[in-house]
Amino acid sequence: MKDIKEVILEAVNNAVIEEKQKLTVTVEPKQLHSLLEALYNNPELPFDYLISLIGMDWGEKLGVIYLLSSTKDLSKEIAVITATADRENPLLYSVTDLYGTAHLNEREIYALYGIRFINNPDMRRFLLRDDWNGFPFRKDYDENPELNPITVLSQDIEDEAPCIMENEDGELVEETVNVFEEEDYIINIGPQHPSTHGVMHFRTALEGEIVKKVDVISGYIHRGIEKLCENMTYPQILHFTDRLDYMSANINRHALCMCIEKAAEIEIPLRAEYIRTIMDELQRISSHLLAWSSQCNDLGATTAFIYGIREREHVLDIFDKTCGGRLIVNQNVVGGVMFDIYTDFQKDVKTFIPYMREKLVEYEKFFTHNAIALGRMVNVGILPIEDAISYGVTGPAGRASGLSCDVRIYKPYSLYNKVEFKEVIRTEGDSYARYLNRLDEIEQSLHIIEQLIDNIPEGPIISKVKPVLKLPEGQYFQSVEAGKGEFGVFIESHGDKNPYRVKFRSPSMAAVSVMPLICKGEKLSDLIGISGSMDFVIPDIDR
Amino acid sequence: MDVKDIKIKSFPAEEFKDNDSLQEYINELNKNGTNVIVGKLDQMVNWGRANSLWPLAFATSCCGIEFMSAAAAHYDLARFGMEVTRNSPRQADVMIIAGTIVNKMTPLLRRVYDQMAEPKYVVAMGGCAISGGPFVNSYNVVNGADNILPVDIYIPGCPPRPESLFYGLLQLQRQVKAEGFFKNKHIVREYNPETLIDPNTGNSIDPENQVPKK
Repeated sequence: MKDIKEVILEAVNNAVIEEKQKLTVTVEPKQLHSLLEALYNNPELPFDYLISLIGMDWGEKLGVIYLLSSTKDLSKEIAVITATADRENPLLYSVTDLYGTAHLNEREIYALYGIRFINNPDMRRFLLRDDWNGFPFRKDYDENPELNPITVLSQDIEDEAPCIMENEDGELVEETVNVFEEEDYIINIGPQHPSTHGVMHFRTALEGEIVKKVDVISGYIHRGIEKLCENMTYPQILHFTDRLDYMSANINRHALCMCIEKAAEIEIPLRAEYIRTIMDELQRISSHLLAWSSQCNDLGATTAFIYGIREREHVLDIFDKTCGGRLIVNQNVVGGVMFDIYTDFQKDVKTFIPYMREKLVEYEKFFTHNAIALGRMVNVGILPIEDAISYGVTGPAGRASGLSCDVRIYKPYSLYNKVEFKEVIRTEGDSYARYLNRLDEIEQSLHIIEQLIDNIPEGPIISKVKPVLKLPEGQYFQSVEAGKGEFGVFIESHGDKNPYRVKFRSPSMAAVSVMPLICKGEKLSDLIGISGSMDFVIPDIDR
Repeated sequence: MDVKDIKIKSFPAEEFKDNDSLQEYINELNKNGTNVIVGKLDQMVNWGRANSLWPLAFATSCCGIEFMSAAAAHYDLARFGMEVTRNSPRQADVMIIAGTIVNKMTPLLRRVYDQMAEPKYVVAMGGCAISGGPFVNSYNVVNGADNILPVDIYIPGCPPRPESLFYGLLQLQRQVKAEGFFKNKHIVREYNPETLIDPNTGNSIDPENQVPKK
């Protein structure tokens, strides 16, 4: 196999390659596209999966870090860095033609850092109001509330997208593109809508009942968590991850804890690893149950919703008894877990496992083969595997398209290399496959818990950690398999007690960025059903 | 009228934590005495109103999931006559703000509120809706929904457990029962003058007209 470094140097001969936590390549903005293209087309190991796109402000330079991986082997990761010194009018080249997921991410970086991307066909701001003053993630941002007052004045929605294109002679031309055609019939779904799983706003162009185009507008719950993290110490930022994708609160926090532990070289007691893994799997069951409930609810089955929540309460009871939290569990801390399991923990979990299995059979009986449910799920919202890769759709939704992407298998963390479980993969790619995948994954999670629950070793639950943590200089990335897909935490540390930059890779962002694609040509009522099957959580997208 | 006269089924008045503020509120409402007939009629109407408060879940984040749990079978919101969650503000009596309110959401929140019919109530559920919660220092977060609209009940927690939510909703029922349906008709729902501002020009705007002119 040809060394990946050779591929990089062949494409860009003056690229700076460093062996840090992972292979890091620094290139000039102009060479970025050709480098990514070469990596993308590398025949043996194509880097076709853009994990995350991270905007950065290094003081004199503004830049972007591209975290790349390959769907052939997810354990291979490369970070590509590019930066520009022009803070007045920073321009970088877009990679939307290679990676679909880059589109919304580049728009987000434009809103937060003011970096515009050449050749991205739609450079409206994502997350923030169109009339926002300043770029909040820059280090020199003026936080004066008078610049951006809170107002009850409704905001005009921009349907004219500015963009900056490079023509054949290499000149940059500023253009505006209309998002919708003139005579399009547009309806707004959301942001306050019962079925959009939060405050998502879809501008939907219709032709009769058929969806012609969907425009995703988000940011109705953008809290600027990543910016808040920059002013806090490491233990203080832990609770933010719970409030991203609150359905996978414990798993998200696990990722952040591991990222910090890896950087600070903290060993975790084995007992804590067991507790973490079991809690993660319980959390996954609760997440999938709620996803199942709300998907069925979106299709009109209120009974299913009540049933799903009923089973979920049993999991929440176990959380409640362990650490007092129901939804947001606050269990993981740097160095271990905060609370030990209670006396009857094992007993409760062991009663829950057969109970849940029984209920899975019940679900299958009364909804999985229901004719109406089948009619609204089979062959609806088909996501081909190429698009799943391009848009970085992972988790049960990605695996329903045949993409093998389970982080627990490719980059095993905690105890996942010690337990045996199957990665549930289907190839149909429709709503029904995603639906079935979740139910099957509940079974796999139960199986994992079964293997661990009797073997929890005695010992401490937390190792000694200094109250004020300072991470050594560097860039750290840790991903986990959350309920919705690959959740990642990126930390850049400059050796202080605060992180210099924190970025969360949100699985829901990928799921929502693919919505315009899979809803095209479907019925309007199916748009709701499809969004239920993609199972995205909006606070995770907006952060 | 006394606080003890307001009866909530299987929850005696003494067991509520704060009876003094409600008593103050009642005293203020009944400052000028109450007409016997209207007073009785009020009580009857209020009995019906308090037991069929239809909520509009303005759920933006985590608290919304706890609201869903509260509405499902285990906790069962239907015990208090509140299971009819309305998705249209025009049919709802009480708006439950469950989650963080950010800058971009502000006009929408106010518009949904303005669309509700009188008498209407607002419950701020969770730390974010009360004060901005853990995100209080953020550049985009509104520090409390009461900057935008009047809030009747605050339920602390992050997120509050369904039990806390119920406690808050029972307090709301007591408030409804204390009020006079026929007397206190002209409630003014004023805008916070600080939010009546055009962010582009800095000029103040007319509260009657919050839609920008083309």
